[in-house]
Amino acid sequence: MAIIEQPLAIGTGRAPEVRSPLGVFARPTAKGGWRSWVTTVDHKKIGIMYGAAGLVFFLVGGIEALLIRIQLARPDGSLLSAETYNQIYTMHGVTMIFLVAMPLGAAFSNYFIPLQVGARDVAFPRLNAFSFWCFLVGGLFLSSSWIFGGGADGGWFAYAPNTGVAYSPGHGMDFYALGLQITGIASLVGAINLITTVLNMRTKGMSLMRMPVLTWMLLVTQFLLLFAIPVITVALFLLTFDRRFGANFFRVEAGADPLLWQHLFWIFGHPEVYVLVLPAFGIVSEIIPTFSRKPIFGYSFMVGSGIAIGFMGWGVWAHHMFVSGIGPLSVTAFSLSTMFIAVPTGVKILNWLATMWGGRLRFEVPMLYAIAVPAMFTIGGLSGVTHSVSPADTQQTDTYYIVAHFHYVVFGGIIMAFYGGFYFWWPKIFGYKLDSKLGKVNFWLQLIGMNMTFGPMHILGLQGMSRRIDHYSPGFGFEFWNLIVSIGAFIIALSVASFLVNVVLSTVRYKRGLIPPAGPDPWDARSLEWMTASPVPEHNFDEEIEVRGLDEFWHRKYGYDKDHKVVRIATGEEVAHKGDNKNVHLPSPSYWPLVVALGLPLIGYGLIFNLLLTIPGAILLLGGVYGWVMEPPDDPNKAHGHDDHDDPSPGLALASVGAEEVGNG
Amino acid sequence: MADVAVATHAPAEHAGDDGHGHGASTGISNTKLAMWLFLGSECLLFGGLISTYLLYKNRIAEGSIGPKDVFDIPFTSASSFVLLMSSLTMVLALSAIQRGDERANRVWLLTTAVLGSIFIGGQIYEFTGFYREGLGYTTNIFGSAFYTLTGFHGVHVSIGIIMLMSLFVRSYRGHLHQAQAETVEIIGLYWHFVDVVWIVIFTIVYLIP
Amino acid sequence: MSTVSETHDVSPAASGDAHAGAHDHPSDLKYVKIAIILAVLTAAEVSTYTFDITGGLLVAILIPMMIVKFAIVAGYFMHLKFDSKMFTTMFVAGLTFAVSVYCVLLTIFEFW
Repeated sequence: MAIIEQPLAIGTGRAPEVRSPLGVFARPTAKGGWRSWVTTVDHKKIGIMYGAAGLVFFLVGGIEALLIRIQLARPDGSLLSAETYNQIYTMHGVTMIFLVAMPLGAAFSNYFIPLQVGARDVAFPRLNAFSFWCFLVGGLFLSSSWIFGGGADGGWFAYAPNTGVAYSPGHGMDFYALGLQITGIASLVGAINLITTVLNMRTKGMSLMRMPVLTWMLLVTQFLLLFAIPVITVALFLLTFDRRFGANFFRVEAGADPLLWQHLFWIFGHPEVYVLVLPAFGIVSEIIPTFSRKPIFGYSFMVGSGIAIGFMGWGVWAHHMFVSGIGPLSVTAFSLSTMFIAVPTGVKILNWLATMWGGRLRFEVPMLYAIAVPAMFTIGGLSGVTHSVSPADTQQTDTYYIVAHFHYVVFGGIIMAFYGGFYFWWPKIFGYKLDSKLGKVNFWLQLIGMNMTFGPMHILGLQGMSRRIDHYSPGFGFEFWNLIVSIGAFIIALSVASFLVNVVLSTVRYKRGLIPPAGPDPWDARSLEWMTASPVPEHNFDEEIEVRGLDEFWHRKYGYDKDHKVVRIATGEEVAHKGDNKNVHLPSPSYWPLVVALGLPLIGYGLIFNLLLTIPGAILLLGGVYGWVMEPPDDPNKAHGHDDHDDPSPGLALASVGAEEVGNG
Repeated sequence: MADVAVATHAPAEHAGDDGHGHGASTGISNTKLAMWLFLGSECLLFGGLISTYLLYKNRIAEGSIGPKDVFDIPFTSASSFVLLMSSLTMVLALSAIQRGDERANRVWLLTTAVLGSIFIGGQIYEFTGFYREGLGYTTNIFGSAFYTLTGFHGVHVSIGIIMLMSLFVRSYRGHLHQAQAETVEIIGLYWHFVDVVWIVIFTIVYLIP
Repeated sequence: MSTVSETHDVSPAASGDAHAGAHDHPSDLKYVKIAIILAVLTAAEVSTYTFDITGGLLVAILIPMMIVKFAIVAGYFMHLKFDSKMFTTMFVAGLTFAVSVYCVLLTIFEFW
């Protein structure tokens, strides 16, 4: 035990007063039902909610994708008007990146960072809940644009001046700017919270270089978010001020340079790519060693390459802008840096292969996904390297070749890894395995579907088909491959359906007792999250774990005999905690994170429709922050021993919540 | 398991002597680390706004109202000085609470908040003057960039004043003691950061034409 | 290793003492001296305005003074000089990212 913080809400320093904070809410106590979810500060419940919300938005974004593919399946498609088509592809991109890939990454971060470093919870449990609610209300706010006159229509990177009122007169871009602002707060607060958790909440002996690769990659991700989010915050504020208050930031006739938006967006946007992909790399790095029965090959190189990607990701943004006229010197410099960033990624792929080399591979469903990721990501990575050659890129920009490239990265790399993660950790989170046969159906449909969908796009792009066109005429040679692409998209849809069926069927079977509980360690895994009961009890571990090396849990299960051969010395069940320690002090649940978060979309609607609406929004926000600060981090009525956690001081709460958003109001 | 409800918990001396709980593995405060991370992140926010201003300040049409026409350096120097001195009073407030002098803490907190308010008052006065001279938010690209940058800073100062006043009220009601010195310290960090940002803005925006 | 259920009996006062003794902060007098240095620097900055210095020379005078003021406030008032190096690392990381990224940005725009 190093330091036990004093609670930093401004307490009295005396015996606790027994009262409800501000007299508004009694401290929530529900252990079950919806109330326990709404008020939870448990990182595991928050992680599950992130995952569930991400999957729901995945279906929304998927339906948008299918609409695009129906439109383009045949020449002269007429399902959607050009105007609607613009909104559909924009919202498809925005939804998939900001409301699917990011929250799914956050789901894994929230659930597994505290477990993998052996902590009881994150550093600031209430701020963690606030992050989630902020993300959710931001996502719903963004999606509500469909009800209020149509979605954003400027493309997911929203180049100025197309996004100005003159060229995008609807409210879609306002929803885009304000919605992403709100989800940005969620990411920023989450990043601060999780970095503090990793740096400060590790269990005894868990030095940085003993942390699992997943935790390392998630840590780098949080740093990228910490420094990238404020840049998009600036860009989105400028856009909002332009659109709502008549500022001149992107009005060319007033002397503005629309390239400013492109730069600000991609200074955020390229680190953002690694925000999406590093969690996926981390997941693969956990699955492959487990199913190869070997430690990860080159652990320190794995960590180092992740950090290198984190740094280099800041120096390549202008490769998105080779055709924007940034000058030959800039193009050359960013070409070179882009070529170099392929190196650390290559290191990772090599290390995964070397981990499998000579291992005793078990081709369970998570492993299938984990093998598919390096394969698919390499295709996406290689087409990415072709983009670093700026003359080639000039030809490829804004064609389907680009679309093919980033879908191989995002779908083939990231979404596939998340699926692998779902199958891998499902037994840990819910206590039972998903069905393996259906899982394999899911996997093969996914793999075939995605290659049919995104593979031919390379050809279409090189044939000259532009991205974002709402229809094409017959006779350009686009018909055949577009049809194949659309069929592929529906195979992916089938695969997603098979995943959902698997979830429902497995759950029902488990509840009826037809499949056995998975036990703490169903895969013979290596890291600390497997060293406690499944599903993980609310307090995580019964007692503090002392870590002596990398893969601590594995080393407690295996030892060496006198011939220096590896032998099993204990089963996972024997080593794992039973999860029955009832005496662990837990942070108390709270309503306030939700109350504060609810103020934000109200302010958003106010800025769009009627400034009067910002008043109740601001009241909720400020009142919520005050209620939060005045609420002791722990329920004074509850008997407890030590407090392992501090909650944010009013300074942090106000600054992190307030500074970003009060400026908005 | 003791059934005693303890509001304020163990100090740092126990470092390493038992395996209890999951404290800070680095031995530093979670909240302070979080505030520093937030301030690191804020650097990129203000950096973006300052860059936008630098890029746009001279892109106004011939004859349109520009920085040279409106800036009143002596006045802004005075208000910058006020904000700078509020950093001194802030650190004195912290020093007071750390040695348990709650009265001095209150005095310095209030002084800091008042100095901050004078700065904000000066900014409002300055903005009104600029507006009278014909520089509105939408007038030209310099106006948009200038008001946005300084406005963001002003909002940060205002949030700081609200936090300082909250501390003052808590202290006045007898709820802010030596044990909560870290709360003062963390709000102080925020306050100093806002001051530091102004040091940069004052030089880059006002003094370098 | 003890279990999580263990507890300690501590008084608020002990916690306060522990905190106050955690690191050596300058005395109030030293803070005042630092503030005087800052005030003098500010006066020097403003005097460039009255002396009508312009162009590259002005920048060469003002920027170093700005950096010094920044460093003094961060180092002494914000205690970076006395606190854990971790705080400095985190803040300087953000600052370095900001300065380098935005300088490249301005360079691409041929601002200099």
